[in-house]
Amino acid sequence: MKASHVAIGFAALLALASAQQQKPRNDEPAGVVFARVPDPARAKCNPLANDPDAPAAGRKLFDEHCAECHGETAGGSKRGPSLRVTAVQQAKPGEIFWIMTNGVVRRGMPAWSKLPEPQRWQIITWLKSVQ
Amino acid sequence: MNAIHLQNTIRLPLLFLLGLAFPSFAQESPYIVTYDHHLEEPGNLEVEYFSTFGTQRAGNDFHAYWMEFEYGATAWWTTEFYLDGQTTFGDSTLFTGFRWENRFRPLRAEHFINPVVYIEYENDSEADKIIKEVEGHDVESDFAVSNATLRKEHDHELECKLILSKDFKGWNFAVNPLATKNLSPNNPWEFGYAMGLSRPLALKASAERCTFCPENFIAGVELYGGLGDTQSFGLHQTSHYLAPAIAWNLPSGWTMRISPGFGLNDNSHRLLLRWGLSKEFSGFSEIIRSWFEGRP
Repeated sequence: MKASHVAIGFAALLALASAQQQKPRNDEPAGVVFARVPDPARAKCNPLANDPDAPAAGRKLFDEHCAECHGETAGGSKRGPSLRVTAVQQAKPGEIFWIMTNGVVRRGMPAWSKLPEPQRWQIITWLKSVQ
Repeated sequence: MNAIHLQNTIRLPLLFLLGLAFPSFAQESPYIVTYDHHLEEPGNLEVEYFSTFGTQRAGNDFHAYWMEFEYGATAWWTTEFYLDGQTTFGDSTLFTGFRWENRFRPLRAEHFINPVVYIEYENDSEADKIIKEVEGHDVESDFAVSNATLRKEHDHELECKLILSKDFKGWNFAVNPLATKNLSPNNPWEFGYAMGLSRPLALKASAERCTFCPENFIAGVELYGGLGDTQSFGLHQTSHYLAPAIAWNLPSGWTMRISPGFGLNDNSHRLLLRWGLSKEFSGFSEIIRSWFEGRP
């Protein structure tokens, strides 16, 4: 194998990284995003809303998985929008759950279905507790 | 190019880049061969090391290893670069080649079954023993030949997979049919499969940061093997493995995996013991982009 092959592969990886020019990730109003949520999903209730451990667990999970884009206090960053805006504060738990599960893939938010459902609800419980 | 030269070419810039990026907590599946539909988070780089120790009848046991650099280019596209090597006991140590893998998620939302399209280019020698997938008529006796002979034959291969995966009540179920084509003329398409089932030991997270919490462990099992080629499709002269697996996602961002794979027929290695260590870094894309855009 030639050295140039390895160099080309690695350079390609770096070029791809630099070429990642997605649309700004917070340019779509949250209300527009929530409008896409199907009615049955919107009607879902948070089964852990009254779990006394859920806010603390949700805070921990938020730090681990969400804060790098949405900021440590959910106030937003260059990589992701604030979750303290009115539209999110007024969103139903089922709507937030659906967005977390499905992501907004074309806008850069990955689907978080790899987190088990109870953990997604724990994050929502924390989000609602700080609003 | 030898392995030491390659390491020196890549190690220093990589260490520098990783030093600038931030470690990120990962929620990795225990699969080593099977893929689920979850892609790398956009802008994150995951650096992974894996080993396969294989027993060999009528030959020397081996230890094959590879590095993976997995980058989330977008939320729907993950690209990965591999470097492979192996040591055959009583024989020699070789750098065996590289791979470039891409996974694309065609659908915007989660569905009953979630497809991901996988395309990989491999440039490696016949001495490659990482057994990242089993395909065609791959059998144990192929690996009994000496490294000096195996390394003379070089492969350029295209590998395509359809990743089908489903999450349900904490369980993940994934099936990966695959087809590979040696790009040299007159080689048939070869087929194989991998499937996996996994679940975290606990679905709810505990309130405290903890190393040994059950939700940090994900247990699973993989089944993979070959399905012949276009000239002789089926199970004849193919090898198959059943491999329990566990992943341990540490709060520091490290993930450890271990998976003993057991051969299911006489064409299979008796044991393929695999283990791996990985760490995810966020903010990698910002660093690279700032270099290319000339921003501080």
